[in-house]
Amino acid sequence: MRDFLRGLARLRRGPWEALASTLIGLGVIMLMQPFLLVAYTWSFLVTLTGTVMFIIVSHFPE
Amino acid sequence: MTEPSAESPADKLARATPPRVARRIRGLSDRAIAWIFVAPSIFLLLAVNIFPLIWTINLSFTNFRANRNREVEYIGLRNYERILTDSDIWLTMQATAHFLFWTIFFQVLIGFTLAWLINRKFRGNDLWTTIIVLPMMLSPAVVGNFWTFLYQPQIGLFNYVVSFFTGVDPSSFSMIGQVNLAPWSIVIVDTWMWTPFIMLICLAGLRSIPDYIYEAAEVDRASKWRQFWTITIPMALPFLMLAVLFRGIENFKMFDLVVQLTGGGPGSVTELTSINLKREAFEKWRTGYASAYAVILFVTVFGLASIYVKALNKVKER
Repeated sequence: MRDFLRGLARLRRGPWEALASTLIGLGVIMLMQPFLLVAYTWSFLVTLTGTVMFIIVSHFPE
Repeated sequence: MTEPSAESPADKLARATPPRVARRIRGLSDRAIAWIFVAPSIFLLLAVNIFPLIWTINLSFTNFRANRNREVEYIGLRNYERILTDSDIWLTMQATAHFLFWTIFFQVLIGFTLAWLINRKFRGNDLWTTIIVLPMMLSPAVVGNFWTFLYQPQIGLFNYVVSFFTGVDPSSFSMIGQVNLAPWSIVIVDTWMWTPFIMLICLAGLRSIPDYIYEAAEVDRASKWRQFWTITIPMALPFLMLAVLFRGIENFKMFDLVVQLTGGGPGSVTELTSINLKREAFEKWRTGYASAYAVILFVTVFGLASIYVKALNKVKER
Protein backbone atom coordinates (compact mmCIF):
# COMPACT_ATOMS: atom_id res chain seq x y z
CA MET A 1 0.00 0.00 0.00
CA ARG A 2 2.85 2.36 0.88
CA ASP A 3 4.55 1.60 -2.47
CA PHE A 4 1.29 2.30 -4.25
CA LEU A 5 0.90 5.68 -2.54
CA ARG A 6 4.56 6.52 -3.17
CA GLY A 7 4.04 5.66 -6.87
CA LEU A 8 1.03 7.97 -7.00
CA ALA A 9 3.00 10.79 -5.38
CA ARG A 10 5.92 10.33 -7.78
CA LEU A 11 3.56 10.21 -10.79
CA ARG A 12 4.57 6.67 -11.81
CA ARG A 13 2.59 4.91 -14.54
CA GLY A 14 1.80 1.60 -12.75
CA PRO A 15 -0.24 2.85 -9.76
CA TRP A 16 -1.94 5.60 -11.75
CA GLU A 17 -2.98 3.13 -14.46
CA ALA A 18 -4.29 0.80 -11.76
CA LEU A 19 -6.33 3.66 -10.32
CA ALA A 20 -7.68 4.65 -13.77
CA SER A 21 -8.56 1.02 -14.58
CA THR A 22 -10.40 0.70 -11.25
CA LEU A 23 -12.41 3.83 -12.04
CA ILE A 24 -13.33 2.55 -15.53
CA GLY A 25 -14.34 -0.86 -14.14
CA LEU A 26 -16.35 0.78 -11.37
CA GLY A 27 -18.06 3.08 -13.89
CA VAL A 28 -19.08 0.18 -16.15
CA ILE A 29 -20.44 -1.81 -13.19
CA MET A 30 -22.38 1.28 -12.04
CA LEU A 31 -23.77 1.71 -15.57
CA MET A 32 -25.06 -1.83 -15.89
CA GLN A 33 -26.05 -2.79 -12.33
CA PRO A 34 -29.77 -3.30 -11.67
CA PHE A 35 -29.90 -2.02 -8.07
CA LEU A 36 -29.38 1.75 -7.74
CA LEU A 37 -30.53 4.43 -10.16
CA VAL A 38 -28.21 6.93 -8.43
CA ALA A 39 -25.20 4.75 -9.27
CA TYR A 40 -26.37 4.60 -12.90
CA THR A 41 -26.69 8.40 -12.99
CA TRP A 42 -23.09 8.94 -11.84
CA SER A 43 -21.62 6.05 -13.85
CA PHE A 44 -20.73 8.04 -16.97
CA LEU A 45 -18.80 10.64 -14.99
CA VAL A 46 -16.78 7.91 -13.26
CA THR A 47 -16.07 6.07 -16.56
CA LEU A 48 -15.13 9.31 -18.34
CA THR A 49 -12.80 10.35 -15.52
CA GLY A 50 -11.15 6.91 -15.59
CA THR A 51 -10.79 6.89 -19.38
CA VAL A 52 -9.31 10.40 -19.61
CA MET A 53 -7.02 9.61 -16.66
CA PHE A 54 -5.93 6.37 -18.39
CA ILE A 55 -5.01 8.22 -21.60
CA ILE A 56 -2.98 10.81 -19.66
CA VAL A 57 -1.20 8.48 -17.22
CA SER A 58 -0.18 6.01 -19.94
CA HIS A 59 2.42 8.68 -20.87
CA PHE A 60 3.88 8.78 -17.35
CA PRO A 61 7.32 7.16 -16.77
CA GLU A 62 7.42 3.51 -15.57
CA MET B 1 28.92 -10.44 -57.39
CA THR B 2 27.06 -7.15 -57.34
CA GLU B 3 27.91 -4.44 -54.87
CA PRO B 4 25.17 -3.46 -52.42
CA SER B 5 23.64 -0.21 -53.68
CA ALA B 6 23.76 2.87 -51.49
CA GLU B 7 20.62 4.32 -53.05
CA SER B 8 18.22 6.20 -50.81
CA PRO B 9 14.47 5.41 -50.99
CA ALA B 10 14.05 8.77 -52.78
CA ASP B 11 16.52 7.70 -55.48
CA LYS B 12 14.82 4.31 -55.91
CA LEU B 13 11.45 6.00 -56.22
CA ALA B 14 12.83 8.53 -58.66
CA ARG B 15 14.27 5.76 -60.86
CA ALA B 16 10.85 4.08 -61.07
CA THR B 17 8.95 7.25 -62.00
CA PRO B 18 8.80 9.36 -65.20
CA PRO B 19 11.72 11.85 -65.56
CA ARG B 20 9.75 15.04 -64.88
CA VAL B 21 8.26 13.69 -61.66
CA ALA B 22 11.61 12.10 -60.76
CA ARG B 23 13.38 15.47 -60.82
CA ARG B 24 10.87 16.78 -58.27
CA ILE B 25 11.06 13.66 -56.04
CA ARG B 26 14.89 13.86 -55.88
CA GLY B 27 14.52 17.20 -54.13
CA LEU B 28 12.40 15.69 -51.31
CA SER B 29 13.65 14.26 -48.03
CA ASP B 30 12.83 10.66 -46.99
CA ARG B 31 10.55 12.06 -44.33
CA ALA B 32 8.62 14.11 -46.88
CA ILE B 33 8.20 11.07 -49.13
CA ALA B 34 6.95 9.02 -46.16
CA TRP B 35 4.40 11.75 -45.44
CA ILE B 36 3.25 11.72 -49.07
CA PHE B 37 2.51 8.00 -48.81
CA VAL B 38 0.85 8.20 -45.41
CA ALA B 39 -1.17 11.38 -46.05
CA PRO B 40 -4.08 9.77 -47.98
CA SER B 41 -4.66 7.26 -45.17
CA ILE B 42 -4.52 9.98 -42.52
CA PHE B 43 -6.90 12.13 -44.54
CA LEU B 44 -9.34 9.21 -44.90
CA LEU B 45 -9.10 8.43 -41.18
CA LEU B 46 -9.80 12.07 -40.30
CA ALA B 47 -12.70 12.30 -42.74
CA VAL B 48 -14.36 8.99 -41.92
CA ASN B 49 -13.59 8.49 -38.21
CA ILE B 50 -12.32 11.56 -36.38
CA PHE B 51 -14.54 14.23 -37.94
CA PRO B 52 -17.82 12.31 -37.34
CA LEU B 53 -16.72 11.65 -33.76
CA ILE B 54 -16.05 15.34 -33.08
CA TRP B 55 -19.29 16.27 -34.85
CA THR B 56 -21.25 13.76 -32.73
CA ILE B 57 -19.75 15.19 -29.53
CA ASN B 58 -20.72 18.67 -30.76
CA LEU B 59 -24.30 17.57 -31.56
CA SER B 60 -24.65 15.91 -28.16
CA PHE B 61 -24.79 19.39 -26.55
CA THR B 62 -27.63 20.56 -28.83
CA ASN B 63 -31.35 19.96 -29.33
CA PHE B 64 -30.79 19.19 -33.03
CA ARG B 65 -33.41 17.08 -34.82
CA ALA B 66 -32.37 15.85 -38.26
CA ASN B 67 -35.96 15.87 -39.57
CA ARG B 68 -36.75 19.48 -38.62
CA ASN B 69 -35.52 22.65 -40.23
CA ARG B 70 -35.20 24.87 -37.18
CA GLU B 71 -32.40 26.73 -35.47
CA VAL B 72 -30.15 24.52 -33.35
CA GLU B 73 -29.72 25.56 -29.73
CA TYR B 74 -26.92 24.59 -27.39
CA ILE B 75 -28.48 23.09 -24.27
CA GLY B 76 -25.33 22.16 -22.36
CA LEU B 77 -25.38 18.84 -20.54
CA ARG B 78 -29.18 18.45 -20.59
CA ASN B 79 -29.14 15.47 -23.02
CA TYR B 80 -26.66 13.63 -20.78
CA GLU B 81 -28.72 14.46 -17.70
CA ARG B 82 -31.90 13.08 -19.35
CA ILE B 83 -30.22 9.86 -20.49
CA LEU B 84 -28.56 9.20 -17.15
CA THR B 85 -31.79 9.64 -15.20
CA ASP B 86 -34.01 7.70 -17.63
CA SER B 87 -35.03 4.37 -16.09
CA ASP B 88 -35.97 2.92 -19.54
CA ILE B 89 -32.42 3.42 -20.81
CA TRP B 90 -31.15 1.98 -17.56
CA LEU B 91 -33.19 -1.16 -18.36
CA THR B 92 -31.65 -1.41 -21.85
CA MET B 93 -28.19 -1.18 -20.23
CA GLN B 94 -29.13 -4.10 -17.98
CA ALA B 95 -30.45 -6.10 -20.96
CA THR B 96 -27.14 -5.44 -22.76
CA ALA B 97 -25.15 -6.48 -19.68
CA HIS B 98 -27.14 -9.75 -19.45
CA PHE B 99 -26.62 -10.44 -23.15
CA LEU B 100 -22.90 -9.57 -23.03
CA PHE B 101 -22.08 -11.58 -19.94
CA TRP B 102 -23.90 -14.80 -20.84
CA THR B 103 -22.96 -14.88 -24.54
CA ILE B 104 -19.29 -14.42 -23.75
CA PHE B 105 -19.45 -16.94 -20.88
CA PHE B 106 -21.05 -19.68 -23.01
CA GLN B 107 -19.03 -18.92 -26.13
CA VAL B 108 -15.72 -19.11 -24.23
CA LEU B 109 -16.73 -22.27 -22.39
CA ILE B 110 -18.05 -24.17 -25.43
CA GLY B 111 -15.57 -22.64 -27.91
CA PHE B 112 -12.52 -23.57 -25.86
CA THR B 113 -13.85 -27.08 -25.20
CA LEU B 114 -14.49 -27.62 -28.93
CA ALA B 115 -11.03 -26.29 -29.81
CA TRP B 116 -9.45 -28.62 -27.26
CA LEU B 117 -11.34 -31.59 -28.71
CA ILE B 118 -10.65 -30.67 -32.35
CA ASN B 119 -6.97 -30.18 -31.55
CA ARG B 120 -6.69 -33.92 -30.86
CA LYS B 121 -5.87 -35.88 -33.99
CA PHE B 122 -8.77 -38.07 -35.10
CA ARG B 123 -10.35 -39.27 -38.32
CA GLY B 124 -12.55 -36.67 -40.04
CA ASN B 125 -10.96 -33.84 -38.02
CA ASP B 126 -11.05 -31.36 -40.93
CA LEU B 127 -14.63 -32.26 -41.87
CA TRP B 128 -15.84 -31.64 -38.31
CA THR B 129 -14.00 -28.32 -38.17
CA THR B 130 -15.77 -27.22 -41.37
CA ILE B 131 -19.18 -28.32 -40.09
CA ILE B 132 -18.70 -26.52 -36.76
CA VAL B 133 -17.60 -23.31 -38.49
CA LEU B 134 -20.67 -23.19 -40.79
CA PRO B 135 -23.01 -21.06 -38.55
CA MET B 136 -20.44 -18.26 -38.45
CA MET B 137 -20.55 -17.98 -42.23
CA LEU B 138 -24.30 -17.28 -42.39
CA SER B 139 -25.80 -13.82 -42.54
CA PRO B 140 -27.21 -12.64 -39.17
CA ALA B 141 -30.48 -11.74 -40.95
CA VAL B 142 -30.83 -15.32 -42.22
CA VAL B 143 -29.93 -16.76 -38.81
CA GLY B 144 -32.47 -14.50 -37.08
CA ASN B 145 -35.16 -15.50 -39.54
CA PHE B 146 -34.76 -19.25 -39.36
CA TRP B 147 -34.37 -19.24 -35.57
CA THR B 148 -37.77 -17.50 -35.32
CA PHE B 149 -39.15 -20.60 -37.08
CA LEU B 150 -37.18 -22.93 -34.81
CA TYR B 151 -38.59 -21.10 -31.77
CA GLN B 152 -42.24 -21.34 -32.93
CA PRO B 153 -44.22 -22.98 -30.09
CA GLN B 154 -46.45 -25.02 -32.45
CA ILE B 155 -44.11 -26.14 -35.22
CA GLY B 156 -40.63 -25.16 -34.01
CA LEU B 157 -37.97 -27.82 -33.65
CA PHE B 158 -36.45 -26.16 -30.56
CA ASN B 159 -39.55 -26.64 -28.43
CA TYR B 160 -39.77 -30.31 -29.49
CA VAL B 161 -36.13 -30.93 -28.55
CA VAL B 162 -36.70 -29.32 -25.13
CA SER B 163 -39.90 -31.37 -24.79
CA PHE B 164 -38.03 -34.57 -25.68
CA PHE B 165 -35.46 -34.03 -22.90
CA THR B 166 -37.68 -32.52 -20.18
CA GLY B 167 -41.18 -33.85 -20.88
CA VAL B 168 -42.64 -30.32 -20.96
CA ASP B 169 -45.48 -29.78 -23.47
CA PRO B 170 -43.83 -28.11 -26.54
CA SER B 171 -46.68 -25.65 -27.05
CA SER B 172 -46.68 -24.59 -23.38
CA PHE B 173 -43.82 -22.10 -23.74
CA SER B 174 -42.64 -19.55 -26.28
CA MET B 175 -38.97 -18.63 -26.31
CA ILE B 176 -39.40 -15.28 -28.05
CA GLY B 177 -42.86 -14.48 -26.73
CA GLN B 178 -42.28 -14.81 -22.98
CA VAL B 179 -40.65 -12.06 -20.93
CA ASN B 180 -38.54 -14.47 -18.85
CA LEU B 181 -37.36 -16.57 -21.83
CA ALA B 182 -36.78 -13.96 -24.54
CA PRO B 183 -33.41 -12.70 -23.16
CA TRP B 184 -32.19 -16.31 -23.19
CA SER B 185 -33.43 -16.87 -26.74
CA ILE B 186 -31.03 -14.22 -28.09
CA VAL B 187 -28.20 -15.59 -25.93
CA ILE B 188 -28.73 -19.08 -27.39
CA VAL B 189 -28.74 -17.89 -31.00
CA ASP B 190 -25.67 -15.66 -30.62
CA THR B 191 -23.84 -18.49 -28.84
CA TRP B 192 -24.79 -20.91 -31.63
CA MET B 193 -23.58 -18.50 -34.28
CA TRP B 194 -20.34 -17.17 -32.78
CA THR B 195 -18.94 -20.05 -30.71
CA PRO B 196 -17.07 -21.30 -33.83
CA PHE B 197 -15.23 -17.96 -33.98
CA ILE B 198 -13.92 -18.40 -30.42
CA MET B 199 -13.13 -22.03 -31.28
CA LEU B 200 -11.02 -21.04 -34.29
CA ILE B 201 -8.98 -18.48 -32.35
CA CYS B 202 -8.48 -20.93 -29.46
CA LEU B 203 -7.50 -23.63 -31.94
CA ALA B 204 -4.81 -21.33 -33.34
CA GLY B 205 -3.59 -20.78 -29.78
CA LEU B 206 -3.55 -24.49 -28.94
CA ARG B 207 -1.73 -25.39 -32.17
CA SER B 208 0.96 -22.79 -31.41
CA ILE B 209 2.00 -24.64 -28.23
CA PRO B 210 5.12 -26.67 -29.07
CA ASP B 211 4.96 -30.43 -28.37
CA TYR B 212 8.28 -30.45 -26.52
CA ILE B 213 6.72 -28.56 -23.59
CA TYR B 214 4.22 -31.40 -23.08
CA GLU B 215 7.02 -33.95 -23.54
CA ALA B 216 9.07 -32.22 -20.83
CA ALA B 217 5.99 -32.24 -18.57
CA GLU B 218 5.54 -36.00 -19.24
CA VAL B 219 9.17 -36.58 -18.25
CA ASP B 220 8.50 -34.69 -15.02
CA ARG B 221 5.46 -36.95 -14.52
CA ALA B 222 2.98 -34.07 -14.53
CA SER B 223 -0.61 -35.32 -14.75
CA LYS B 224 -2.85 -34.41 -17.72
CA TRP B 225 -4.87 -32.18 -15.42
CA ARG B 226 -1.75 -30.31 -14.28
CA GLN B 227 -0.50 -30.02 -17.87
CA PHE B 228 -3.83 -28.49 -18.83
CA TRP B 229 -3.75 -25.85 -16.07
CA THR B 230 -0.04 -25.01 -16.18
CA ILE B 231 0.71 -25.30 -19.92
CA THR B 232 -2.43 -25.29 -22.07
CA ILE B 233 -4.44 -22.54 -20.34
CA PRO B 234 -1.58 -20.01 -19.77
CA MET B 235 -0.26 -20.41 -23.32
CA ALA B 236 -3.68 -20.15 -24.96
CA LEU B 237 -4.79 -17.28 -22.68
CA PRO B 238 -3.66 -14.35 -24.93
CA PHE B 239 -5.63 -15.87 -27.83
CA LEU B 240 -8.65 -16.42 -25.62
CA MET B 241 -8.49 -12.84 -24.32
CA LEU B 242 -8.26 -11.51 -27.87
CA ALA B 243 -11.34 -13.53 -28.85
CA VAL B 244 -13.23 -12.18 -25.81
CA LEU B 245 -12.23 -8.61 -26.74
CA PHE B 246 -13.53 -9.05 -30.30
CA ARG B 247 -16.79 -10.64 -29.21
CA GLY B 248 -17.27 -8.17 -26.34
CA ILE B 249 -17.01 -5.14 -28.63
CA GLU B 250 -19.11 -6.84 -31.32
CA ASN B 251 -21.86 -7.86 -28.88
CA PHE B 252 -21.94 -4.44 -27.26
CA LYS B 253 -23.18 -3.09 -30.58
CA MET B 254 -25.28 -6.15 -31.52
CA PHE B 255 -28.22 -5.08 -33.66
CA ASP B 256 -29.18 -7.13 -36.73
CA LEU B 257 -29.59 -10.56 -35.16
CA VAL B 258 -31.73 -9.33 -32.26
CA VAL B 259 -33.90 -7.06 -34.43
CA GLN B 260 -34.60 -9.98 -36.76
CA LEU B 261 -35.26 -12.39 -33.93
CA THR B 262 -37.29 -10.47 -31.35
CA GLY B 263 -37.39 -6.86 -32.57
CA GLY B 264 -36.47 -5.86 -29.01
CA GLY B 265 -39.59 -7.45 -27.51
CA PRO B 266 -41.66 -8.67 -25.82
CA GLY B 267 -42.11 -5.18 -24.37
CA SER B 268 -38.52 -4.03 -24.29
CA VAL B 269 -36.82 -6.93 -22.50
CA THR B 270 -34.47 -7.67 -25.41
CA GLU B 271 -34.04 -4.06 -26.48
CA LEU B 272 -30.27 -3.69 -26.40
CA THR B 273 -28.58 -0.28 -26.34
CA SER B 274 -27.86 -0.28 -30.09
CA ILE B 275 -31.54 -0.94 -30.91
CA ASN B 276 -32.66 1.73 -28.45
CA LEU B 277 -30.13 4.18 -29.89
CA LYS B 278 -31.36 3.54 -33.43
CA ARG B 279 -34.95 4.20 -32.32
CA GLU B 280 -33.99 7.48 -30.66
CA ALA B 281 -31.96 8.60 -33.70
CA PHE B 282 -34.04 7.42 -36.66
CA GLU B 283 -37.59 6.80 -35.39
CA LYS B 284 -38.01 9.60 -32.83
CA TRP B 285 -35.44 11.78 -34.67
CA ARG B 286 -33.91 13.11 -31.43
CA THR B 287 -30.50 13.52 -33.05
CA GLY B 288 -28.82 15.56 -30.29
CA TYR B 289 -30.11 13.21 -27.62
CA ALA B 290 -29.02 10.15 -29.63
CA SER B 291 -25.57 11.72 -30.11
CA ALA B 292 -25.16 12.06 -26.34
CA TYR B 293 -26.29 8.42 -26.00
CA ALA B 294 -23.68 7.35 -28.59
CA VAL B 295 -20.95 9.30 -26.76
CA ILE B 296 -21.80 7.51 -23.50
CA LEU B 297 -21.57 4.11 -25.22
CA PHE B 298 -18.34 5.11 -26.98
CA VAL B 299 -16.62 6.19 -23.76
CA THR B 300 -17.73 2.95 -22.07
CA VAL B 301 -16.41 0.69 -24.84
CA PHE B 302 -13.24 2.75 -25.22
CA GLY B 303 -12.50 2.64 -21.49
CA LEU B 304 -13.14 -1.10 -21.29
CA ALA B 305 -11.04 -1.81 -24.39
CA SER B 306 -8.16 0.26 -22.95
CA ILE B 307 -7.90 -1.71 -19.73
CA TYR B 308 -8.45 -4.96 -21.60
CA VAL B 309 -5.62 -4.27 -24.07
CA LYS B 310 -3.37 -3.39 -21.12
CA ALA B 311 -4.23 -6.73 -19.46
CA LEU B 312 -3.64 -8.55 -22.76
CA ASN B 313 -0.16 -7.00 -23.10
CA LYS B 314 0.67 -8.05 -19.53
CA VAL B 315 -0.37 -11.65 -20.26
CA LYS B 316 1.71 -11.68 -23.47
CA GLU B 317 4.79 -10.36 -21.62
CA ARG B 318 4.63 -13.23 -19.09
